[in-house]
Amino acid sequence: MSLSDALDLRTWRSSTTLRTLKVGLFGTPLNSVITVVTVALLAWIIPPLLRWGIFDATWTGTSADCAAASGACWAFVGAKFRFILFAFYPPALQWRPLIVMVLLLGLLVVTAQPRFWRKGLLAAWCVVIAASWMLMSGSLVPPTVPSNQWGGLAVTLFVWSVCFGLATPLAILLALARRSGMGGLRMLAIVFIEVMRGTPMVAILYVAMLILPMAIPNGQMIDKNVRAMIMITLFWSAYVAEVIRGGLQAIPPGQYEAATALGLGYWRTMRLVVLPQALRLVIPGMVNLAIGFLLATSLLAVIGIFDLLNAARASATDPQWLGYYDEAYLLAALIYFLLCFGGSRYSLWLEKYMRRSQRH
Amino acid sequence: MSLIDEPVPGPGGPGILRRISLWWGSYPLTQVAVITAVVALFWLLGHNTAETMARIGITPGFDFLSRPASFEIGEAPIAFKAGDPYARAILAGLLNTIKAAALGCVLATILGVVLGVAGLSGNLLLAGLVRWYVEIVRNTPLLLQLFFWISLAKSFPSPRQALSAFGSFFLTNRGVFVPGLGFHNVSVPTLWLLGGLAAAYLIFVLRAWRGGGLSARRLGLATALLLGAVALAFPLTGAGAAWEIPALAGFNIRGGYNLTPEFAALLTGLVVKFSAAIAEIVRAGIQSVDRGQWEASRALGLHNGQIMRLVVLPQALRVITPLTTSSYLDLTKDSSLAVAIGYPDLVSIINTTANTTGQSLEALTLLIGIYLAINLSVSAAMNLYNKRVSLKGARI
Repeated sequence: MSLSDALDLRTWRSSTTLRTLKVGLFGTPLNSVITVVTVALLAWIIPPLLRWGIFDATWTGTSADCAAASGACWAFVGAKFRFILFAFYPPALQWRPLIVMVLLLGLLVVTAQPRFWRKGLLAAWCVVIAASWMLMSGSLVPPTVPSNQWGGLAVTLFVWSVCFGLATPLAILLALARRSGMGGLRMLAIVFIEVMRGTPMVAILYVAMLILPMAIPNGQMIDKNVRAMIMITLFWSAYVAEVIRGGLQAIPPGQYEAATALGLGYWRTMRLVVLPQALRLVIPGMVNLAIGFLLATSLLAVIGIFDLLNAARASATDPQWLGYYDEAYLLAALIYFLLCFGGSRYSLWLEKYMRRSQRH
Repeated sequence: MSLIDEPVPGPGGPGILRRISLWWGSYPLTQVAVITAVVALFWLLGHNTAETMARIGITPGFDFLSRPASFEIGEAPIAFKAGDPYARAILAGLLNTIKAAALGCVLATILGVVLGVAGLSGNLLLAGLVRWYVEIVRNTPLLLQLFFWISLAKSFPSPRQALSAFGSFFLTNRGVFVPGLGFHNVSVPTLWLLGGLAAAYLIFVLRAWRGGGLSARRLGLATALLLGAVALAFPLTGAGAAWEIPALAGFNIRGGYNLTPEFAALLTGLVVKFSAAIAEIVRAGIQSVDRGQWEASRALGLHNGQIMRLVVLPQALRVITPLTTSSYLDLTKDSSLAVAIGYPDLVSIINTTANTTGQSLEALTLLIGIYLAINLSVSAAMNLYNKRVSLKGARI
């Protein structure tokens, strides 16, 4: 998928460009009317936006410069960019979340390429997640940073990858239980999945905030981020399980029968025959789910964790730069958009790639 | 006790014990062990919770529901003031959630279908715009959009300098004002009459639909009759209804409906987010119908509108219905984000209840129970409908 595809500019390339454009815009009387109305609408919306965002905007300076101008205050973004990435993480130690972000994004880019899909990649994820945790908390390098100081884009990426990573193995077990012939386990899996999927994530986060501290033996306090991550992992595993179940259903029964005929037991059948095929089938679905989950991490803001969205919001409450919410939200939206739009383009490409590679 | 030890032929089938053991399947003891472990875990967590509650002096149970609540609710469809019981506060929150979700579903469907069809209109400019709308809305979090809408709603001018459109829609920092029907002198007989009319209409439509005789003409005729009867019902019982246009009066705007900034922001956010999802669903549904069907219908002499209504839509609905159902359920669940922008929905009120009474376990159990009930009943209803539109005899 190239950039021009993404921008829907294909038609410009061909030699019949003008004719395609003419038919596409003025082919029928109705089409002409639609075009004129749409252009009028754009002419009404775009100029004020451009004036606000570009011509009248302040690009550098202090908040006093911004207050003097009538447009957007991009100087605010420059001043608050670090806060939006790391929130309240101690400034001297911000190299740690930076490394975590680089590690996670780097590994994501590697994982995105099918030629790296090997067992080693799984091990790499385990190592990187453990290393990220140790780096963020500083459990190896002396100054430890309590998790209520974590924040920004770093925490969004961290929570997202750790919870998705932990939810997947749990989801495989749930999906197997839901498809198994063992009524008791099946019932357990169905109840768990339906309860989780029928409940809003906000409610699950409130359980993490209000119930979990009461339910922990001897009133030991686990901190807020960890509690939230436990519940998010359980919550997401129900969604992942349903996607994996779709993959399991697509495996023809002949595969099970052949494995049984070879004398393989249940677990070996699953591990060697069924799961590798089923998981391969659901990879595009998992990518889409992962994109949805990245957007869902923004709900951490509801329980007061300073993820990307909450950090952006908090940055506009700084007395020195008070009230630049539009700019803060636009920046956060841009970051989410780049990550998720990239992800969805990748998932389209992957589907095409896998269809191609399956043909021969 | 029979002496003959033969299996009895007939519909009875294998005995109940045999059926249970078949259902329970292999490894019965392992399963019992796993389930016991899960139950034990829950018992342990519950035991700890009970202990903690006892330590901080909270009696478990749902008694708190009848105790007076000490907070006010910003907007409630039923009268509520501080001092009314918690149960009533929770009911008000539930009604607020239902209001937002129901209106959101209707408006998102309308906008989504319009966008979906616009995306397929063949006009390059419009299709490109719709595509970018969908991509931008889909790839940014709903909560961020809600924050954006609420900050926009709060930044509108005061009523005196309100932005207005057509002299009847006003955008102010006290909310959005739209024209609405105002009723006066509504009495109990009026309500009975209206209820009876609605019931008669519903029964007629459902019976005609089940019998397969619900044509567009009969439906239109029945609806016209209903509207006429409703219009007559008001003067007959001495009640009146008038179309109220909001207008500036003194320092505020009076008349019509007032959507509070929080409700307007929540509704806008939900409608924008899910219209993008539904637009994609509609587009995929219509495109799933083979092009050959269009060509064949055209060869039969049908024009585009007829092809759409008679040939394409009935088939597309099979793809659209199940996906839209899950969109509606997601919308209902996502209306819980209202808590972040200060709209008093179910989650927000239950959270306040949990914090003021300390009965968080009971309050959250109630919350999850209510959402589960809504979700399961909506999906059961939609499954019924889905069975109706799916191919007869086909198993999907």
